[in-house]
Amino acid sequence: MGDIELIAASGAETAAKIANGEVSADEVLDFWLQRASGDALNGYLWSADRESARDGVDPDGGAIAGVPLAIKDIFCTEGVPTTAASKILGGYIPPYTATSVRNTRAAGLPMLGKTNMDEFAMGSSNENSAYGPSLNPWDTDRVPGGSSGGSAAVVAGGLAPWALGTDTGGSIRQPAGFCGIVGLKPTYGAISRFGMIAFASSLDQCGPLTRDVTDAALLLDVLQGRDDYDSTSVGIDGDVKAPTAERLDGLTFGVPRGLMSEGIEAGVLARFEETLIRIAELGGEIVDIELPHAGHAISAYYVLAPAEASTNLQRYDGVRYGLRASDEDLLAMYEVTREDGFGPEVKRRIMLGTYALSSGFYDAYYGRAQRVRTRIVEDFDRAFGKVDFVVTPTSPTVAFKLGEKTADPWTMYLSDIFTVPISLAGIPAISIPAGLAEPDGGGPELPVGFQIAAPAFAEQKLIEASFALEQAIGFDGSAGLAGGVR
Amino acid sequence: MIEREQVLHVARLSRLRLSEEEIDTLTGELSSVLDHVDKLAEVDLEGVEPTSHVVPLENVLRSDEPRPSLDREVALSQAPDPHDGAFRVPSPQAEA
Repeated sequence: MGDIELIAASGAETAAKIANGEVSADEVLDFWLQRASGDALNGYLWSADRESARDGVDPDGGAIAGVPLAIKDIFCTEGVPTTAASKILGGYIPPYTATSVRNTRAAGLPMLGKTNMDEFAMGSSNENSAYGPSLNPWDTDRVPGGSSGGSAAVVAGGLAPWALGTDTGGSIRQPAGFCGIVGLKPTYGAISRFGMIAFASSLDQCGPLTRDVTDAALLLDVLQGRDDYDSTSVGIDGDVKAPTAERLDGLTFGVPRGLMSEGIEAGVLARFEETLIRIAELGGEIVDIELPHAGHAISAYYVLAPAEASTNLQRYDGVRYGLRASDEDLLAMYEVTREDGFGPEVKRRIMLGTYALSSGFYDAYYGRAQRVRTRIVEDFDRAFGKVDFVVTPTSPTVAFKLGEKTADPWTMYLSDIFTVPISLAGIPAISIPAGLAEPDGGGPELPVGFQIAAPAFAEQKLIEASFALEQAIGFDGSAGLAGGVR
Repeated sequence: MIEREQVLHVARLSRLRLSEEEIDTLTGELSSVLDHVDKLAEVDLEGVEPTSHVVPLENVLRSDEPRPSLDREVALSQAPDPHDGAFRVPSPQAEA
C-alpha cells in the first residue's frame, strides 16, 4: 500500500487497514517510526525505536490496536526520559507510568515518541521549551501554539497519526486550532491525572489531538475512567462511541458576542461566521448569549494557575530527582538549582503565584480570583439553561510568527481569551478546523479553529455535533501534512 | 504595582536566586500583569463563595490496607546524591 495513504489516514482508518489485512501492525509502526525520524518541526524530544515503542503494549488491545501514538513529554513513562521540556528535569527517567499512557498501551497503541511543549505546560506558543520551539507545519516561521505544540505539530505535519496532550487554559485546543487538527479537552475529572506532571491541579486535564472528531472519540473512550491513583477522577458514564450524527436539528448554539468585541482577526471572524451559517444549514439554531464575567477569566486564571503552579513546583529542589546545581549549603542548593533549572516564564509564574499566596495578599488575589471563578461557572450554568453548546473562535488570531508575542507576557496570555473561561468552568470543549484565513496584515493562509463547549460530562453530545459540523466543513489538511519532514 | 523590595522578598520565598537583571525585568513584568489582574476588583462578589474544585465530589476513601509501593532502590535511582539508602543533601549549617 502507498505511503501517502498511511500519512493521510486517520487513526480509525489505519486501524481498519490493519484489521482487514491491507497492512500489518508491524508495517504501520515501522512506517511511522520512519516518519518521526525525519522530524523537521522539533516536534519530538525523544523518539522510540521498535522495541521501546511496544513496551507494555497489548498487541490484542482492541479495535484501534496497532496505531502508534505520540505522547506529550509531560506524561511520566517508566524507563523513558520525561522532561516537561524543562532543564530541571533534564535526564529524568520516571520510575512509573501515567495512568493515561497505561490505558493507551492496554488498548494496543505503541508509543512513537515524547513531544515538545512549553516548559511545564506554561505557554501558548511552544517558545518556552528549554529545548527550542516546535514549529508549525503550515509555515515553519510560525508557532504551532502551546503548550501541547509538539503534539499538534506532529499530528498536523504527518509525523504521527494522533497524540496525547494536556490542557490547563487552552493547551490542547489552541495548538489544535493553529495547526488545523482536532483537539478535545474533556471535562475536568474525566481522565486520570496520575503521572501527568502537575502545573495547576484544579485545571489540568489530559486529552487527544487528532486528525478528526472520530479519532478524538476513540481515544477519549480509551483514556477516560475513574482511577484509584487520582481521587479527583470520576470518568464519564458509559462508553464513548464513534459519532454518526449528520444533522444538528433541535440543537442550539450560543454565541457570546460580548466576549468577541475586539482583537479578533478579520479572517478568523469570517471563518467563524461562515461556520455559524453551516450550523444553521444543518438545522441548528444560533442564539446570542451573555457570559458577563468571562472577560475577567484571563485575570482570574493568571492568579489561580500561577498560585497552584508555585506550590506544585516546590518539589523541584535538587533533593530527590532532576537537577542539583549547587552543594554549597542547603539553601544555596535549593536556590541555585531552581534558578538554573527553570526558564523565564516558569520563574515568572512561580513569582506571581507566590506573591498572590503570600501573607497579606491572599484574600486580594487568590481568594478574589476563586470567587470570580464561581461567577464564571455560574455564567456557563445560566447559558446552558438556554443553549446546548457555546461556540467561539478557538483563538483570536491564526498562528503567529516566532518571537511576535514574546516581549510582553500579557499579550501572549490574551491568545487564550476564548479557551480560559471554559477551563475555569471545568467543562468539555473541542476545537475543530473551520477553514483557512490570512493573518491581519497579510501572509500565508493558515488554519482557523472553531471551539464548541458543552456542559460537564456531555462529551458524547459534543462529539456528535462536532462530527456533523466537521463533515459539512470538509476541511483539507493536506498542506500541513506535507510540512513535517525536510 | 510591585516594588523591587517585594520582588526580592517573593524570590526568597520562592527559593529562586535571581540575577540582578532578572529582578529588574520581573519588577516591571509582574507590575504589568498585576495591573491587569487588579481589574478583578471591579467584579461584584457580594455573597459569592470561592470555587476550588469544579466537579462535585464527596470524600474519596479507600480501605487502609498495605499495598506494594516503589522499592527503596527505585525511589533513589534518580537522586542526585543517594547515600546509604537515603537522599543526601548538603549541610544547612552555612545558612546560620
